[in-house]
Amino acid sequence: MAPLIEAVDVGKRFTGGLGRESILALDGLSLAIDAEKPSVIAVVGESGSGKTTLARLLLGLAEPTTGEVRYRGEDLRRLGRNSWRAFRRDVQAVFQDPYGVYNPFYRVDHVLSTPVRQFGLAASRAEARGLIEEALRAVGLRPEEILGRYPHQLSGGQRQRVMVARALLPKPKLIIADEPVSMVDASLRATILGSLRNLTDQHGISILYITHDLATAYQVGDQILVLYRAHLVEAGAIDRIVTTPQHPYTQLLVSAIPHAHATRDWIKQENEEPRNGVDMMSHGCPFADRCAHATSLCAVAPPLYRTELRRVVACVLYREYPTLAARELGSWLSA
Amino acid sequence: MSEPVLRVERLRVAFDHPLGKVQAVDDVSFALTPGERLGLAGESGSGKSTLALSIMRMIKPPGRIEAGAVWLNGGRLADLDEEGIRAVRLAGIALVPQGSMNSLNPILRIGQQIADALIDHGLRLGRRAEEWRVAALLTEVGLPANVARMYPHELSGGMKQRACIAIAIALRPKVIIADEPTSALDVVVQRQVMATLARVQQELGAAVILIGHDMGLMAQFVDRLGIMYAGRLVEVAPIADIIAHPRHPYTRALIASLPSLEARGALAGIPGLAPSLRDLPPGCAFHPRCEFATDRCREERPVLRDVAGVDVACHLA
Repeated sequence: MAPLIEAVDVGKRFTGGLGRESILALDGLSLAIDAEKPSVIAVVGESGSGKTTLARLLLGLAEPTTGEVRYRGEDLRRLGRNSWRAFRRDVQAVFQDPYGVYNPFYRVDHVLSTPVRQFGLAASRAEARGLIEEALRAVGLRPEEILGRYPHQLSGGQRQRVMVARALLPKPKLIIADEPVSMVDASLRATILGSLRNLTDQHGISILYITHDLATAYQVGDQILVLYRAHLVEAGAIDRIVTTPQHPYTQLLVSAIPHAHATRDWIKQENEEPRNGVDMMSHGCPFADRCAHATSLCAVAPPLYRTELRRVVACVLYREYPTLAARELGSWLSA
Repeated sequence: MSEPVLRVERLRVAFDHPLGKVQAVDDVSFALTPGERLGLAGESGSGKSTLALSIMRMIKPPGRIEAGAVWLNGGRLADLDEEGIRAVRLAGIALVPQGSMNSLNPILRIGQQIADALIDHGLRLGRRAEEWRVAALLTEVGLPANVARMYPHELSGGMKQRACIAIAIALRPKVIIADEPTSALDVVVQRQVMATLARVQQELGAAVILIGHDMGLMAQFVDRLGIMYAGRLVEVAPIADIIAHPRHPYTRALIASLPSLEARGALAGIPGLAPSLRDLPPGCAFHPRCEFATDRCREERPVLRDVAGVDVACHLA
């Protein structure tokens, strides 16, 4: 059976205005999410790595310039009315800013009752109320403290959890969460991430968790995709990748996280990156100009090397390993 | 021990509101020795940024400093007139405000914005001398001198944050207050900017107050850490002590809520919400969220006291 959502070699290039260069936001990436095997997939990268572009492509908010996104085997661009509606119900989104998404003039109930009405989830008012209360409890909120209030009366953490509850209402198969905790206090992050993880474990909903924060990704993810400047650099089982990163960029990313340790080894020289004289090659490895291991081999885009059963790395340092065709990444990841 | 460069004494800051007074900073005292790095950590709304602004005497109505004093190099800031305090800002204490990298003027070149800081403090240099000074400041924060001719939109986030540090150190301050200077940056860039701040601070011999809520960043950067809760300091200790043996339950919860790369799946949030500053619970402000709370915690407010060389405000410590 076709996976719920499948990205096949999907890429996005933004064309510049008159005479401007076009910008590659995402190079051909493949990914598959199987509704039968719920899991949390973390997509990690710095700003400009293409992670939000990936989210927008998967949600059908942007059209890919290469490849396609499929919903149950059908290209998103060719979905009929009914399939599109089913897609809209199966795949929900939670965005970064829990302050900007509310209309301050409406009570919080409004964002929760809208999907109930839109998707005809309840036959009566009482039933609707029941569904909303159930969704709020699933994210660890007490309905009596939330319903009837205005957005400004809730904290940032409560607002973001209400957005997760909203995404939960249509009983989706996948929630795409783009930086859901980056605007929330550190002490509340754990609670929100915990309720996301719970959705996968208790309710069988897959989560695509998009973030720049490797540490939170590690806490909730099963698999990880590490993106750098529009390219996938490393992917696979998160516990392996975070504890023993193989791509030089992933290694840099892991080492840059400040630890709450008594040993202070975090601050290094400011220009820790070698300026190795290698040009940022438009066709080569995207990390070559910052990489201590760069050689002439990096002038060609590296394929994905299968260094372990559950890991691929796009770096020629691992060229003795067998390769994996980029298009097969999706089925390989969800296998 | 050397004379403190900055001393804050029983500072109280309140905001007047039709529904009642909001006590944003409540009886906060600490001293900063020259060259020291002090961290101030706590949740949003705990009064960290208000404390920074009130040290600079930059609190605007309806906020006001109710009581207490701030001493810089032995001089009381409250005694200064408006002109006097303007001279102290930047030259004595420099503030890198939260989100300052996004407050650079988009239509002025970076060099002009740094020069403005000099001119504003009465430094009338010739054009050549001014350009030279700006270039030297940019080099100091690790930026190429040609950044002076660029506009903010031509710089990356890390470069903009460095430009803000260049402005902050333009007049060789003795205290730099950095309010979440890297919260909008990626981890790799964050480390580079913090390394720049550390080096510049050492070259200047300036003390730094780092405000933030990332305990990992605090552990790696500051010498001493103060934990704020509901406008009060609840624990102040050398960083190694506080990380190894946090004494206040709130400090413990803050450290535990940091997602680490060691223990996977060990996410522990802090239950409940920070209290409203308009209506603080009686006794210890943290007691409704504290698993160890006793009857005494519900009635009697703990004061900051010395426990084995560490200042902590908890009945149970």
